[in-house]
Amino acid sequence: MKKHLLSAGDLTRDDAVRVLDTAAELLGVAQRPIKKLPTLRGRTVVNLFFEDSTRTRISFEAAAKRLSADVINFSAKGSSVSKGESLKDTALTLQAMGADAVVIRHHFSGAPHRLAAAGWTNGAVVNAGDGTHEHPTQALLDAFTMRSHLMADAAPEPGAPAGPSGGMGRDLAGKNITIVGDVLHSRVARSNALLLHTLGANVTLVAPPTLLPVGIDTWPVETSYSLDDSLEKADAVMMLRVQHERMNASYFPSAREYSRRYGLDTTRMNRLPDHAIVLHPGPMNRGMEITADVADSGRSVIVEQVTNGVAVRMAVLYLLVGGSTNDEGEA
Amino acid sequence: MATPDNVPDAAADPVRPTADPVRTVLDAGEISRALTRITHEILERNHGSAEVVLLGIPKRGVPLARRIARRMGEVEGREIRSGALDVTMYRDDLRLKPARALEHTETPDDVDDKIVVLVDDVLMSGRTIRAALDALGELGRPRAVQLAVLIDRGHRELPIRADFVGKNLPTALTEKVRVRLGESDDTEDAVAIVGPATGGAA
Repeated sequence: MKKHLLSAGDLTRDDAVRVLDTAAELLGVAQRPIKKLPTLRGRTVVNLFFEDSTRTRISFEAAAKRLSADVINFSAKGSSVSKGESLKDTALTLQAMGADAVVIRHHFSGAPHRLAAAGWTNGAVVNAGDGTHEHPTQALLDAFTMRSHLMADAAPEPGAPAGPSGGMGRDLAGKNITIVGDVLHSRVARSNALLLHTLGANVTLVAPPTLLPVGIDTWPVETSYSLDDSLEKADAVMMLRVQHERMNASYFPSAREYSRRYGLDTTRMNRLPDHAIVLHPGPMNRGMEITADVADSGRSVIVEQVTNGVAVRMAVLYLLVGGSTNDEGEA
Repeated sequence: MATPDNVPDAAADPVRPTADPVRTVLDAGEISRALTRITHEILERNHGSAEVVLLGIPKRGVPLARRIARRMGEVEGREIRSGALDVTMYRDDLRLKPARALEHTETPDDVDDKIVVLVDDVLMSGRTIRAALDALGELGRPRAVQLAVLIDRGHRELPIRADFVGKNLPTALTEKVRVRLGESDDTEDAVAIVGPATGGAA
């Protein structure tokens, strides 16, 4: 695995499967009486959040703490950033404090890449969402959730454990994943498209023409303007949040029309194959892209995604900074 | 696995053309007899199998624990299952190497107030067992912990000893002990010493 996790596209199939397998083992930690491992004791993980986030930040914080790392939370609000401090100066300050890993969320696409490439910090940089670009740990946790549901009954490799961590050692070869909604603004969709393709799944992006980005024909995916056409073959459906804050309400005529054509309701859910699952990266707009009935149904794995998110982020932190890091290797 | 020095699966080299001589010290039959004896010793020491929980340390401790559990089941006339205890996250040498893949941990039973018998293939520095004791402490509070190993090759770096030993094998630090088991290596069971023959020292 590379030193940083900036894009889901940086992961090879083996890297990705390794993260998922590690996460499967770490998921068990949450069921133990003592939910803690000593692995990152003495390491410092900085959560550098320039954009609002609840679940991603909490998830990373829980992951780092379960691995016994020291966690420093930094949010742009109420910090020197609101006084005009640049990313560089903020990063240099954190470097001076000795950060082993920097988890960064930023409203500008490419900010994590800049941080990793500029040499402002020696720590491993983990992209926790940058602008409309990527959100690789979300894609990993989505893939993990899909694998544990869709690949568990497939003949496991010899010696592989059964149970919730099913699908050990496997990818998502041949599975049909449909991602629906605001692909244009969605870093989740982009990271998922790249990662799921790497894992061998067939990805279909469904959105109104106005919400598909320019250049989508270069992505390793199929596209469709009709949700109804892609339901019958889907093994998993991922609904994306309609990001009101990123649009001026001019991408579709009305919320009601969007909901009618691209929302997942019970009628549409019943047309899915029996084994199919419904995912949503959260936060949900109930009644908009997904109805409350669907969100609370047995098909929905939305709450499970949050649980898996902690395990996947533990795996990422462990694999990036759990072993020898560069400066120690040179020493 | 034990310390880096005696890792038999070093880079998983099945047929590495090596100049180092290989001396087989235990063949399949001898391994089998050693495990049978260890099984009886465990039962004798603990007055039966009622309180015993067998946990193998990956990689090769796990199939060894399974074999001991099977023998124990035959003696006791009931099915006995063994578990696995991954110690990777508790190792003291994590920072010396890139992050390693994790192995599976599963316990057949609650370990609280039980007698846990840890099973590993080779005991050397004792550091793996130290990590195992830490890992075990977070799963519960066993009444006692005992250690069964197939090979004790000496060179201890911590105050740890084995309760049940298949074979004591005095070795030089330059030598490696290579354990091969049918389940994990797809070959016939064997224990061998691999290393530069130190001028007729044997």
